[in-house]
Amino acid sequence: MLEAVNLGCARGERRLFSNLNFSVTPGTLLQLVGPNGSGKTSLLRMLCGLLAPEEGEIRWRGENIRSLGEEYFSDLTYIGHRNGLKEELSSLENLTISAGLAGRGASHNEARNILGKMGLEGRENLPARLLSEGQRRRSALARLLSWSTSLWLLDEVLTSLDEAAVVLMKSLIEDHLSSGGMAIVATHQELNLSSGKFERLELATGIPGGAAPLGWAS
Amino acid sequence: MFRWVVARDLKLAWRRRADVLSTLFFFVIVVSLFPLGIGPEMQLLRSIAPGVVWVAALLASMLSLGRVFENDYHDGTLEQMLLTPQPLYLVVLGKIVAQWLVSELPLVLMAPLLGIQFGLARNTLSILFVSLLIGTPVLSLIGSVGAALTLGLRGGGVLIALLILPLYIPVLIFGAGAVDASVIGASPLANIYLLGAALVLSLVFAPWATSAALRISLE
Repeated sequence: MLEAVNLGCARGERRLFSNLNFSVTPGTLLQLVGPNGSGKTSLLRMLCGLLAPEEGEIRWRGENIRSLGEEYFSDLTYIGHRNGLKEELSSLENLTISAGLAGRGASHNEARNILGKMGLEGRENLPARLLSEGQRRRSALARLLSWSTSLWLLDEVLTSLDEAAVVLMKSLIEDHLSSGGMAIVATHQELNLSSGKFERLELATGIPGGAAPLGWAS
Repeated sequence: MFRWVVARDLKLAWRRRADVLSTLFFFVIVVSLFPLGIGPEMQLLRSIAPGVVWVAALLASMLSLGRVFENDYHDGTLEQMLLTPQPLYLVVLGKIVAQWLVSELPLVLMAPLLGIQFGLARNTLSILFVSLLIGTPVLSLIGSVGAALTLGLRGGGVLIALLILPLYIPVLIFGAGAVDASVIGASPLANIYLLGAALVLSLVFAPWATSAALRISLE
């Protein structure tokens, strides 16, 4: 279970949110919504440990993620705005290398299967710079399948994906939830999952200097 | 893990050979300009050779430092590496080792050849080689701290030079000092040992400081 306790975030002079409390239990999808600049990306970066919380703390299975360190990283997959692909490397190389870096070396066949599932069949060996934006996104998302982690943190995951890929992504999230995984997704699109528990967290625009009003809907 | 980082960076360097070669050419040309400019005065050339080669090596290493983390930072692979379940120390050390292999080792191998232009004796050339072999990893290690601190800043290149060049001074003094000693026929061992000590110290502290700087730069 992932818990956020009295979380607060300020970027520069601007207070984005404060006193944010929520928890995510296995099998739950938490969708982050809010206007641009309301702190969705900052919140996700905080949840994955890249950004230190200004105030409050984040607990994973009851322990502060700051003290868990690398142990926590082995439970999560984060896919941010930037795809994290090397332009010079092919999708296949990108996937096997990131699996290797995560300490779970994937064989070429395994990686090829996963890329096929993501709809990149026949393009596995093209350098990432020759792929379209949507294909690059698919290639980045292949990381979700190449090793299983219980917590997915996805930032604007559906942008530049075509309809088929959006449907595919939804089914991947559904499968993940039904196997007891958790996902936190920042997106403006409706996810409309047919299974799994669904919650929404609305981040309102921050008011300079003051605490942001916060909506909480289930 | 460490192996993966090194292999990945070597592969990337191979796909971007031009970048790597430009550092080497810079070094070769800067060193070669001195004998051409000064003329065939063997005594003078012999006495300036250690300083010239070492200063050129420092400047060449500044050129390649900016690239250690910059590209990975922009395409998001660096934040992925920060989220791997292994100690960041190893990732950073892997990147530094790869940077040294790609940008510094060719300079070290080339240096004795360039030393011939300065009329250095054979045993001085071997001291030059050894001093660079021990000294350039220190440059890579110290430089990585600067590269991590200036990550994502505009005008980071100039800032890196201001931050790092003062820290390079001891390496320059001991490195050039070892070669100098050998030119005048004294024992270079004291300087070589000091370089070795600097290498051990920076090997312990630099990757750790770089990891901390990277965490700050990525916030």
